[in-house]
Amino acid sequence: MKFLPLVLANLKRHKLRTVLTTCSVALALFLFASLRTVVTTLNAGSEVSSSSRMIVQNATAFVIPLPQSYATRLASVPHVQAVTWANWFGGKYGDGKKFFANFAIDAKSYLEMYPEMVIPPDQKEAFLKERSAAVIGEGLMRTFGWKVGDNVTLQGTIFPGDWTFTIRGVYHPTLKEYGDDQMLFHYDYLYEREPTRVTPGWFIMKIDDPNAAPTVAKAVDDQFRNSTAPTKTGTEKAFAAGFASMWGNVKLLMSTIGMAVVFAILLVTANAMMMNQRERSGEVAVMKTIGFSDRRVFALVIIEAAVIALTGAVIGLGAATLLPIVTGFGDGGFLPGFHVTQSTFLVGASVALLLTVASGVFPAWQAAKLPVVQALRRVE
Amino acid sequence: MSLVEIRDVDKSFKREAQTVDVYNGLTIDFEEGSFTALMGPSGSGKSTLLNLVAGLDKPTRGSVRVAGQEVSSMSSSQLASWRARTIGFVFQSYNLLPVLTAQQNVELPLLLTNLNKRDRAERTAIALGVVGLQDRMDHFPRQLSGGQEQRVAIARAIVADPTLILLDEPTGQLDSKSSDEVLELLRRLNVEFRKTIMMVTHDAKAASSAKTVLHLEKGVLLEREAVKAGGGLSAPGGVAVTS
Repeated sequence: MKFLPLVLANLKRHKLRTVLTTCSVALALFLFASLRTVVTTLNAGSEVSSSSRMIVQNATAFVIPLPQSYATRLASVPHVQAVTWANWFGGKYGDGKKFFANFAIDAKSYLEMYPEMVIPPDQKEAFLKERSAAVIGEGLMRTFGWKVGDNVTLQGTIFPGDWTFTIRGVYHPTLKEYGDDQMLFHYDYLYEREPTRVTPGWFIMKIDDPNAAPTVAKAVDDQFRNSTAPTKTGTEKAFAAGFASMWGNVKLLMSTIGMAVVFAILLVTANAMMMNQRERSGEVAVMKTIGFSDRRVFALVIIEAAVIALTGAVIGLGAATLLPIVTGFGDGGFLPGFHVTQSTFLVGASVALLLTVASGVFPAWQAAKLPVVQALRRVE
Repeated sequence: MSLVEIRDVDKSFKREAQTVDVYNGLTIDFEEGSFTALMGPSGSGKSTLLNLVAGLDKPTRGSVRVAGQEVSSMSSSQLASWRARTIGFVFQSYNLLPVLTAQQNVELPLLLTNLNKRDRAERTAIALGVVGLQDRMDHFPRQLSGGQEQRVAIARAIVADPTLILLDEPTGQLDSKSSDEVLELLRRLNVEFRKTIMMVTHDAKAASSAKTVLHLEKGVLLEREAVKAGGGLSAPGGVAVTS
């Protein structure tokens, strides 16, 4: 601790250079943590998904709906305990700049299927009773400042026209990975206005034994193989993993960009540290003359690098943590639960440590091994 | 009693393909409490002698002993801690750390001791008091005159109470008045505080502040003189030389 004033004084020598170096480390850590968070969020979606729920979708494409009649046939498949369905509505609110996911659901069966969405009993009852009612995630309520009882009008994009809903309930997810920024309303309400166009987008089945999932999937898909709407069935976990894998190249790209940024900043920091040491070789020689050992000089330079890297890390990781809170990034249901995880913090801290070592070791070694007599001759 | 014993020292440098001999079998003793000025033209080996005594450089052959310890055979880390305890070094261009205040500069050698913050502050204040700069403690080097900077450098050199003070052209960049102040301070350190001082200088007036003057040329001792009180020369004392 007694050497801290010396370290801080050295860092203040070129304030602008120190600030810029710290900012570049902060930016690197911010980008690294943010990009990694996209990847961890995508992976987390599949990790928290249930393996006792199965998704049945159109084998041709996810966006092509399935006949309503499948519901009864799915319910009769062995191991299937319950069936529900949902439909992507794709409505936009206001000017559409703040997009959020909105689904038409078979209300009663859907809420029973997803106990992770917790709704106060009185609100749930009110929602189930009223055909034009909607339940909305608490995050989305906060974003728009809505309250229960408010009317919300969406402009349909797939189903044109204005669609007005009354908010009757607010759900709270038991895990943030499920997201708290969706709007759910009655499938019947949609069907009532568009009876010729609306059929379920996908079915969700609850099975009694996760180990039976492959058997159930085969039974379902075999049943509809030769129909006009063949199905593709899998566990919700596999469905989420498949959704995440669609980002496969993006994930690789993000990881690569993150590492490239860190490497670039490593070079910048190392260069700044070496420049500092070159300018101070005379002072290092004086310190050695006073009695500072090679090891102590080495440690002082490393500590300087550590102060820069760790300050940058705190700022960068802090900014990455605040990003979704301040900007609402991740709202809309595409990246539910977007937040910097503990593992990202640890990896970020390790990156900062790596930056310290990699940027500090060479200048520290140079300072430690500085030949005193020659260095003094230059300054004298 | 000899504080510094230099025995049969050879020192040569490699300059590109050539080997330059500085000393060849130099032998000198410096007694405890002595104040010696080393004079001679550039390249005569004055500064090299200080570097050898401070353990900043090693002799090619021979022995350098300070306070009974063989300096030339110590490791780098042993030298560092020995230097912190034994040597106070003052440079021509002061070499204060520009980012530290006078007080922090003087405190530097004490950071290498086990003294606590309060004791360090107390000893720093005393050292600055000895050089008459208690009121400049919080000034940065750029806020001090050349003479004041050199006095801070002397305070830094004495704060850890070293056995030996080495000065390389301490008045080389000072005006006459500042130079007199620094030389008076060195005399006080030698007489009142019984510090052993070796000072390299080109300045005859500075040399006359010492008790003994050694003249070196091309690594060979040409002459030794003792300085009378008041600046004149008399019989040698405090230094034994064979060259």
